[in-house]
Amino acid sequence: MTQALVDLEGPRPPLRLALLGSPNSGKTTLFNGLTGSRAKVGNYPGVTVERRESKLLLGRRRARLLDLPGTYSLSAASPDEEIATRVVTGNLPGEEPPDALVAVVDGTTLRRGLGLVAQVLALGRPTLLVVTMIDEIRARGGKLDLAALSRRLGIPVAGVVGHRGVGLDRLRRLLEDPERWPQPAEPPPADDPAERFAWVDALFRQVVGAETPEDSRTQRIDRVLLHPVAGSLVFAAVMVFLFQSIFTWAVPAMDALDQGFSELGRLSRLVLPAGLLTDLWADGILAGVGSVLVFLPQIVLLFTLIHFLEGVGYLGRAAFLVDRILGWVGLQGRCFVSLLSAYACAIPAIMSTRAIRSPRERLATILVSPFMTCSARLPVYTLLIAAFVPATTVWGPLGLQGLVMLGLYLLGALTALGSAALLSSTLLRGSPSSFMMELPPYRFPSVRVLAMLVWRSAAAFLKRAGTIILLASMVIWGLLSFPRATPDPALDPAGQARVQLEGSVAGHLGRALEPAIAPLGYDWKIGVGLIASLAAREIFVSTLAQIYAVSDPEDYDGLRNALHRERDAATGRPVYSLATALSLLVFFVFALQCTSTIAIMGRETGSWRWPALAFAYMLALAWGASFVTYRVAQAFGL
Amino acid sequence: MTMKSVINKRLAALEPGEGGRIVSVAGAPGSEGRLADLGFVSGTDLRVIRVAPLGDPVEIEIRGTRLCLRRRDLEQIRVEVPA
Repeated sequence: MTQALVDLEGPRPPLRLALLGSPNSGKTTLFNGLTGSRAKVGNYPGVTVERRESKLLLGRRRARLLDLPGTYSLSAASPDEEIATRVVTGNLPGEEPPDALVAVVDGTTLRRGLGLVAQVLALGRPTLLVVTMIDEIRARGGKLDLAALSRRLGIPVAGVVGHRGVGLDRLRRLLEDPERWPQPAEPPPADDPAERFAWVDALFRQVVGAETPEDSRTQRIDRVLLHPVAGSLVFAAVMVFLFQSIFTWAVPAMDALDQGFSELGRLSRLVLPAGLLTDLWADGILAGVGSVLVFLPQIVLLFTLIHFLEGVGYLGRAAFLVDRILGWVGLQGRCFVSLLSAYACAIPAIMSTRAIRSPRERLATILVSPFMTCSARLPVYTLLIAAFVPATTVWGPLGLQGLVMLGLYLLGALTALGSAALLSSTLLRGSPSSFMMELPPYRFPSVRVLAMLVWRSAAAFLKRAGTIILLASMVIWGLLSFPRATPDPALDPAGQARVQLEGSVAGHLGRALEPAIAPLGYDWKIGVGLIASLAAREIFVSTLAQIYAVSDPEDYDGLRNALHRERDAATGRPVYSLATALSLLVFFVFALQCTSTIAIMGRETGSWRWPALAFAYMLALAWGASFVTYRVAQAFGL
Repeated sequence: MTMKSVINKRLAALEPGEGGRIVSVAGAPGSEGRLADLGFVSGTDLRVIRVAPLGDPVEIEIRGTRLCLRRRDLEQIRVEVPA
């Protein structure tokens, strides 16, 4: 007992272990199995490749396990792969090289995976090999003698079934003391790929003999899902299902949250003494942050579906189906996964581009991702469509409102593709890069890994709501509330609020902006909303609500009526026509009103030039398209 | 070593279902090293599984895995197939 305490708190520094393996090797499942998914997530020094590390106790020894980015070889191609290579070779300043390496290979694809193992062994570091999915080898009628593999390689080999925890106890014991791991007498040839794979083939013949038979279920499924006609239909059906579900299934939860925040605001006003601080809390913080948190269910649902499709193996197939189309605009199949994520939020989408190997295509995807209709645009679309587009039926279940919404989604996606084509033929001109994607067997994803991935996406969104949007909400409240207007007893509360608004800093800013936006059909109040929405698009709605001094800034019906009621003081005509609404919708399709996206673009591209260019390009496009929309709509008498 | 009659072909010319053995991976700047790292080296057997609905990319089975690659990247690979 005393001995254990001495070891735990003794001077010996924790053992540093690193997991290295190709994508789809089961590395992340193994990491979670060993550490219980309590990873500390950060970045590698100087770059924004995600660094995941977790502390764990191996017997009586403290250790840190580093989950390196997936890589097919140690000849770096993508930013992720380069980091993995530099960490294991000790060439990343600020990152200490690991004490020992744990190479991970999928037991069903040894003839490819061992190529990376050869490169790792050639480094001459203490190495242990983990063979994953050993249950699948047997299930498919293959065989593998792990003891023979260990003898031939000259290093310890452990077989595991990561998601079931099989073999983890033995692996933990092995990991306890790398000092006792045997090392190969002679390192395998690693520099020349031909020699490396000749070594792999010889080893494979000695230890395994025959290739693991292919997964017949995967073959049957692929015959349908990758069939020219059936596969395309399934792809279309999956996409329709994805969007239908986020619009219908997420709504009850969103309504509940919406009501919850309204109720909290009402309760706050009842409990707290009337005054500036209560106003800041109820109208500023609760209204602002609440209007954003309402979208959490939609984001969680969309990311659950995307991560599920990815885990099952479908997104790789989808990328295979659409690669040609993306190739026409200078992108590739792998970009599809990022662009799909951008429907939820551009931030995780931009971060997911790290898996794209070609820097040119990665940059193009980063720059056009903000055109995809993210969930922050939804409240704006919902409000304006409900307020101004007539709810007439066009055909069957299709209504005009739904069609306008669909049109906005299509406009965003087509502009993203068009802009990618433009970038690829101008600023990012260059030879098309190679596209390589592995189609792993269909597998049911581990619920724990799925939950962890969804949580990471949701956490990034929550962090945004808790920082930038909280700050913006408070600033906007301040701009709307100061300087304080002197109370006039002759005015009712609504009139008092109007006087306050017109004299406020925000009111003056809106009026200053009016000449620039009048050609688009907007008045100074929309101007205030647009300035506020530069922080985040959804703030437009809560700002307008604050401006219209409706009792409940969360109540879209109230805001909708207020927009309808708004009359020009001089002419008595409605201020907002359908033409204004359409022009505003188009503006939101194009403009890059999202501080977090701009920040992440800067981080991921390593320069402020690209986000600045994207912002200017998108703003110019937004202004031009809104101007044309407004004029054309007016010409049609809308 | 028996002499079998084989035809030397471009990999991109193989039909779905056809298989062959790599004889050379030549000259494709940039992608050559990457293909080699994935195990596209002389003497390796592979098989074309299918072609995407729009004609590109191509799904290939090699070394027990299935990879999708564009025709352009396969241009430089020559294979020999049984005559």
